[in-house]
Amino acid sequence: MKTFKIGGVHPAENKFSAGKRIIDTPLPKQVIIPLAAYIGAPSVPVVAKGDQVKVGQLVGKAGGYVSSNVHSSVSGKVAKIEPALDASGYKRMSMFIDVEGDEWLDTIDRTPDVVRECKLTPEEIVKKIADAGIVGLGGATFPAHVKLTPPPGKKAEVLIINAVECEPYLTCDHQLMLEHSEEILVGVTILMKALQVNRAVIGIENNKSDAIELMQRQIRVLSFQGIEVQPLKVKYPQGGEKQLIDAITGRQVPSGALPIEVGAVVQNVATTFAIYEAVQKNKPLIDRIVTITGKSMLNPGNYRVRLGTPLKNVVEQAGGIPADTGKIVAGGPMMGRAVASLDIPTAKGSAGVLFLNEKEARRHAPSNCIRCAKCVSACPMGLEPFLLARLADRHMWDELEANRVYDCIECGSCSYTCPAYRPLLDNIRYGKATVMGIMRARNAKK
Amino acid sequence: MNVIVISLITLGVIGALAAVILYFVAKKFYVYEDPRVDEVEAVLPGANCGGCGYPGCHGFADACVKADDLGKMLCPVGGAPTMEKVGAILGKTVAAAEPTVAVVRCNGTCEHRPRTNEYDGVKSCAIAHSLYGGETGCAFGCLGLGDCEAACQFDALHINPETGIPEIDEEKCTSCGACVKACPRQLIELRKKGPKSRRIYVACRNKDKGAVARKACEVACIGCSKCVKVCAFEAITVTDNLAYIDPQKCRLCRKCVAECPTGAITEVNFPPRKEAVEAASAE
Repeated sequence: MKTFKIGGVHPAENKFSAGKRIIDTPLPKQVIIPLAAYIGAPSVPVVAKGDQVKVGQLVGKAGGYVSSNVHSSVSGKVAKIEPALDASGYKRMSMFIDVEGDEWLDTIDRTPDVVRECKLTPEEIVKKIADAGIVGLGGATFPAHVKLTPPPGKKAEVLIINAVECEPYLTCDHQLMLEHSEEILVGVTILMKALQVNRAVIGIENNKSDAIELMQRQIRVLSFQGIEVQPLKVKYPQGGEKQLIDAITGRQVPSGALPIEVGAVVQNVATTFAIYEAVQKNKPLIDRIVTITGKSMLNPGNYRVRLGTPLKNVVEQAGGIPADTGKIVAGGPMMGRAVASLDIPTAKGSAGVLFLNEKEARRHAPSNCIRCAKCVSACPMGLEPFLLARLADRHMWDELEANRVYDCIECGSCSYTCPAYRPLLDNIRYGKATVMGIMRARNAKK
Repeated sequence: MNVIVISLITLGVIGALAAVILYFVAKKFYVYEDPRVDEVEAVLPGANCGGCGYPGCHGFADACVKADDLGKMLCPVGGAPTMEKVGAILGKTVAAAEPTVAVVRCNGTCEHRPRTNEYDGVKSCAIAHSLYGGETGCAFGCLGLGDCEAACQFDALHINPETGIPEIDEEKCTSCGACVKACPRQLIELRKKGPKSRRIYVACRNKDKGAVARKACEVACIGCSKCVKVCAFEAITVTDNLAYIDPQKCRLCRKCVAECPTGAITEVNFPPRKEAVEAASAE
């Protein structure tokens, strides 16, 4: 069975919420919609305090090409526009909307019927996706329309759908496939049309055999052309874009290049579903599936949440905060960020909320590096984490750049595997951010 | 015996030859260095702290010798006396530089600023700053992880374990600016030392709206502008809900200190106020 070649680790899967049906969470009293909760320029508000908005109405316009539209996820009145704490750990411009009823825009098709036919041209599809404010829902939140517009002279050959969900604990993509397989497959055909490719591969790790079987059956029964399912051997971080391309096509994306360089475009499976809803049902990105999980969680499960709902409202649905909670993580255990407050809103990139108990959350005291090179074997990008961490600690930016710190995907495999509990990724991430800043400044000067 | 003589002669010849070659090579590749560079370097403190912006004391001495005038050159460690000596050696005039000292513009001690969460990442302000707002509700204040302490080469700055805020030893601080660069939140400022070391500054960098800032920290600047109104010298400006006192314009009248409702304005090395003294004696 296929997998990526370099590095990788095998953390315990702990998928407690696997197979739990998606539950709708009730509307909160107020939503907080961040205007900058994705990669790229923040969006510009187009409604003012006191305005009435409906579900799906545009409230923030993309502030540039690499930026995204923001829509109201509820109907009600704009209470205020001011900075609010979000998953970034800082206060950023957000829109507070007081919920009144649940009135949707008339243009949105809310029936559960699957619409298969799409007569739009590729340009129209991409425009519709951009208008709907769709960003990568796997966690990186990169605007989807940018990925679907290859730079001039480059042509995509294969579309890869990322349904790997290699993060332990998380099951939102898995459950989405089980409940919305046909919609996802229609989404794939739309993406194939937008990119003008005739081959698409859905990569799924073989710990989700039910999803693999279902997808394969649906492709056969509903006769979708050019789509295949590729089961993959379980290994973290297979959901990394470059790792997935390697696993499926055997091609390596060169250092510093984009996947289009090897003819591939990767979209997450939840993004594909959102694209289906946007193109076929006129529904902008206003909700997403969030996994609420943890060893001591009363009802770990998958919840459909309107964007902007404070995480605490979602957590209440799952049985409240467990008593032995040591740390709350937004996202998965490998790449997620600890959050300091549950008042932060559900954002486009919030795939999960994980409650680690005190024992799991404890960080061991680091000891000296014993030169075992486990981190080097684990790094999926072929870097030397022990060296990068040390260079970053000593602020040796030139050497860091020479050792390709910018290639780091921050997957955390090095810190996970280190027997001396050294905080490798913490240091590398800091070094990477600094070096990338230096490189950007240098490019701007040129 | 013969062997010894032959070896001696051979070695001697090689030695002589090498000496001749070296003599000519040294002449050919001679680099002239102004002897004044060494003289200047001798009067510099020799800490190689880089506070002047040059690579160590030798680099600064070299720059001083090459500079047309010393107006913009300042050794922050040695200060005016050192620069006068440098000026005397080079025969150039030195602009009288005011002595400065580092001040920490945060007073969010444990008692003033309640902790809302616990950070257990790497003990580095730069890394914590890149991750989130910090252990308190204030995303502008001191993280207390000691990047500034590590940067100080003069043992002049230490995190007080009780308050969690760095304290500066005025006697030892040379105003080299290493801590200013190390602080990811730009909390440390080099300010005019002032007559009798008296200074007034706003010990806060919180740019949140007043109510939000006040909730996070008792002694936060809430941007109320009362100090602006009371100041007779137009030394205080408020931008982004945060007051700043211009050290050049401030005349140390202390009116703003009394006016500040949260006590964010800090005075240093002043004698106790008359009213306070009277009140104390009345008791």
